[in-house]
Amino acid sequence: KGDAAAQKQAEPAVLQPTPQPKDDFQEELVVRPLHSGDIYASFQFRTLWETDFMRGNKVSHYRLFPKSLGQVISKFSVRELHISFTQGYWRTMQWGQPYLPSPPGAELWVWFQDSVTDVDATWKELTNVLSGIFCASLNFIDSTNTVQPSASFKPLGIGNVTDHRFLRYATLPREIVCTENLTPWKKLLPCGSKAGLAVLLKSEKLFHSSFHSQAVHIRPVCQDWQCKTTSWELRQTLNVVFDLHNSGQGKREWSLFKMFSRTLTEACPLASSSKIYIDITDNPEQFELSPATSLLSQAMVLGDRRTFSVYDLTQQDTFGNCTPFCDMLRPLLHAERYVAGYGLQTGEIHTLMYNHHPYRSFPVLQLDSVPWYLRLYIHTLTVTSKGKDNKPSYIHYQPSKDRVRPHLLEMLVQLPPNSVTEVTVQFERALLKWTEYTPDPNHGFYVGSSVISSLVPSTVAMDTNSTRERPLFSSFFPCKEESSYFVRVYTEPLLVNLPTPDFSMPYNVICLTCTVVAVGYGSLYNLLTRSFQIEEPSPGLAKRIANVIRKMRGVPPL
Amino acid sequence: MGLLSDPNRRRALINLLTRLNAPICGMPVEWLVKTMQARGLEVYTQRFSRTLPFPDENKERYMVKGTNVYGILRAPRAPRTEALVLSAPCTPGDNNNQAVGLLLGLAQYFRNQIYWAKDIIFLVNDHDLIGMQAWLEGYHHTNTTGMDWSPLQGRGGSIQAALSLELSSDVVTSMDLVLEGLNGQLPNLDLANLFYAFCQKIGVLCTIQGKLQRNDWDSVSGYSHAVQTMMLMVMKQASGRPWGDHGLFLRYHIEAATIKGINSFRQYKTDATTIGRLLEGMYRKLNNLLERLHQSYFFYLMPSLSHFVSIGYYMPAFGLLAVILLLRALDLWVQLATPPPTTEDGIADIDPGVLSVLTPLVISHLTGAALYMLPIRFQEMAVEHFPVSETEAVVLTAIAVYTAGLALPHNTHRLLSGEGTEQGWRVLKLVALLYLAVLLGCTALINFSLGFILALTLVPGAAFVTPHVPKVLSAFVLVILSPACTLLFSVFFFQELQEMPVSFLDGWLLYLSVISQGILDHFLYGSLVYPLIALLVYPCWLLFWNILFWK
Repeated sequence: KGDAAAQKQAEPAVLQPTPQPKDDFQEELVVRPLHSGDIYASFQFRTLWETDFMRGNKVSHYRLFPKSLGQVISKFSVRELHISFTQGYWRTMQWGQPYLPSPPGAELWVWFQDSVTDVDATWKELTNVLSGIFCASLNFIDSTNTVQPSASFKPLGIGNVTDHRFLRYATLPREIVCTENLTPWKKLLPCGSKAGLAVLLKSEKLFHSSFHSQAVHIRPVCQDWQCKTTSWELRQTLNVVFDLHNSGQGKREWSLFKMFSRTLTEACPLASSSKIYIDITDNPEQFELSPATSLLSQAMVLGDRRTFSVYDLTQQDTFGNCTPFCDMLRPLLHAERYVAGYGLQTGEIHTLMYNHHPYRSFPVLQLDSVPWYLRLYIHTLTVTSKGKDNKPSYIHYQPSKDRVRPHLLEMLVQLPPNSVTEVTVQFERALLKWTEYTPDPNHGFYVGSSVISSLVPSTVAMDTNSTRERPLFSSFFPCKEESSYFVRVYTEPLLVNLPTPDFSMPYNVICLTCTVVAVGYGSLYNLLTRSFQIEEPSPGLAKRIANVIRKMRGVPPL
Repeated sequence: MGLLSDPNRRRALINLLTRLNAPICGMPVEWLVKTMQARGLEVYTQRFSRTLPFPDENKERYMVKGTNVYGILRAPRAPRTEALVLSAPCTPGDNNNQAVGLLLGLAQYFRNQIYWAKDIIFLVNDHDLIGMQAWLEGYHHTNTTGMDWSPLQGRGGSIQAALSLELSSDVVTSMDLVLEGLNGQLPNLDLANLFYAFCQKIGVLCTIQGKLQRNDWDSVSGYSHAVQTMMLMVMKQASGRPWGDHGLFLRYHIEAATIKGINSFRQYKTDATTIGRLLEGMYRKLNNLLERLHQSYFFYLMPSLSHFVSIGYYMPAFGLLAVILLLRALDLWVQLATPPPTTEDGIADIDPGVLSVLTPLVISHLTGAALYMLPIRFQEMAVEHFPVSETEAVVLTAIAVYTAGLALPHNTHRLLSGEGTEQGWRVLKLVALLYLAVLLGCTALINFSLGFILALTLVPGAAFVTPHVPKVLSAFVLVILSPACTLLFSVFFFQELQEMPVSFLDGWLLYLSVISQGILDHFLYGSLVYPLIALLVYPCWLLFWNILFWK
């Protein structure tokens, strides 16, 4: 069989010496002390499986790969699936770039195989299935919040099909993430939360943090540099930022136990690699790690060469605290967004994109998906940087249809060096039908984050060899050239108030009218329809008998 | 509630307060930035500058330059969509240092709590209302008044509620709640209820309009006390000016109130910790809100902090006044519809012509436009030719234009060829009555108090005036009931209500400064009272004046 041949060729690239593994599991934790004093912990779990879900024969034997996701891939002909649940907003200016960006709320984007005929129906079904798997409200994804971005979301795995007819992208900015989402996510891991790094994932501490994000990424990847064999990669990531200010009582000291209230005792027995990286790049002399490790590793991540202390859990190590305090380089790309104006008729969405690079300009792709009830006036779209008009070199705009689909606006904008680029567009607030309001209409309506994707010039040469063994956190976005790296930035979601009727008033009116109808009309109707007649008391037995006799005689009754 | 229950925190707050008591020249921007940063906030500043249309003699400012400092406490795991604001104006001198100190103390305490679901913005605004206006315009990226400000760097999403803190003296015996905002807008009544509930819970003396609540509603003195409190609210609301920094938030649909610490020389003193607990309680309540405050009333008058008069009760009073105008108009309509008795002179009376109605309308509105434009335009010229300051020039020009308008009937007749007819004044009065009714109705919907006071003074004159009433007496009554005299009486009445009666001369000076403040409020914050009076109410009154002198 072809599989066996491919397996042989793939052998040199396979990482671990277990006998002929067709699947492989790695786990990894990166801890980065942030210059704001917070601690960023990023978990990555990767399962690789060399199989083909799309072949006619059903895949039925699952070892490390979760069966629920495998079935989803084969049933819905999914080529790539990316789903993230995030609680909180990543503060780029304080924390730098995350290893894996995600917008507040839930985000889902899927590339389907080109064999799928009815993409919309498949998408609908898929979101409902995922909603069950992850215990989230993904079933609220429908045509009014789904878009087909033309350029912003390219496939991250192998494959050349870039026809965006097979892409669907949706966000639910209001989705709240909590333990019920974490538990099904943990169940997808081969060791569950029984052993390995996942032991640390206790919800009482994870949700006592400044930022929490969990994600699942499924994509096909190459096994070797020639890409002769492909395998499916399932990457589960969990990012969390702990606020030391709250818990540390002023001391900048942390340990795994303090953060997670658990310690590590063993690696996951199924894992081929289980590592902890501590970012000690900034001011290493101020760090004091205990236990000390001699393993140092350098990695190019996000345009920067970072140094890490590595702990290999397969060698029975545990470690304690360290005391960092350091400055961090400013993120080169940063964006924010807000609603301007007042009143409930019109408004203006302002998006600010900052390029902090001192001398390089670079292009960014901005993607905005705005619900239909904000009617964008696209003729008022302006892009200015440094006080001058900045004409986007590419604009893809799909107008909304009321109650059917949202606005989609994609632009390619060149950001001049060391500048702020402001994108403004005016909108009108639509008046909804009364059944379309949410149960809490005075809270406002959410507009999802705008997505800014860019290849940012790098200060160090990036590693373009995709098959070389690298830490997981630095190898998610494929890197095509040495001089730049891929960054995706999400702005904050917007909360917009729409003109809202006073819903308690109709309620009062309904109560009142019902009472009036019931009492007034009811009694009147009763009076009008009832026929009145004088009822005589029933005659006594003697009288009745007398009447019968009189009737027989032909005399009128008494 | 554990605010400042531990002695270390209390000591830190006291240190802070004593340090702040040292006199400061201007706002210590750098110190504030550093202090807020040390408390773990994201700190930003905003510079602004504004040249006033003419010098403000009350606050002694003309070219204003300042810097707002604000720190954002980011709520954990919140996506930056909602925010609350706590602001304290920082004026040169040590007027409000207690409030700034308390704000910083609260920031430090709030930072260590984990229950925040909305970002909290701690704002120290320079030059009180002007700084607040600059900050709000910057936050919402609007520019309604032509102020220069630098754009804001950090935001916290849509602001749900705001409180402004003013502690004018070191010793605080009671807390006063100020609700009246720009153009007579009021925050949702639930905000007032929240304040009252927490004051009761913590045991702080709380007042509204500086007046304590009395429980003897049935007695005459208790009733008159409540009426006094309510009249104060009516007067303040009618003025249309923001009576605290919160007043400017209301334009942006942000529920806001000012909390003032007042020293009324009582035995019982309230310390900073208690005020802190009060604010903590209010912010935790606001933090728990799922929706904006919307359940309760937006239109109300408060005779005491725990009672209110809802729109359903006070609107009929205005409605009855407005009905007078409509009935008079109906009466005139009927009179006009019936054919005039044919006189021996012929039928010259029948057609009054459009011109005889349109001319007074246009001329009186031109006078109104002059009243709106000239005072600011001609201040320089006036200063050159007369020995007055710019502010006096503006106010006196306004009064002069107003008085000159009284000569209008003379001018109208000069333009009108021929005599005004009997039918003519009837048509004009019909138009004027309907005009006034619409005007007052719209005003009362936006700002009830202003509409009501105007109705109270304008409706009697409008109802009785005809060319056939005794001229001198009627003219006197009409002038007494004109908007300018109403304002003068309001000034005296307001002082009387506040139990600070003034002599006539002081009252006159106060009157002049109120006019200048009104004009400034319009140009600085967009208050609508001055243009409303100058462009609409005054011309309307002139029409009736015109009818009186109809020939």
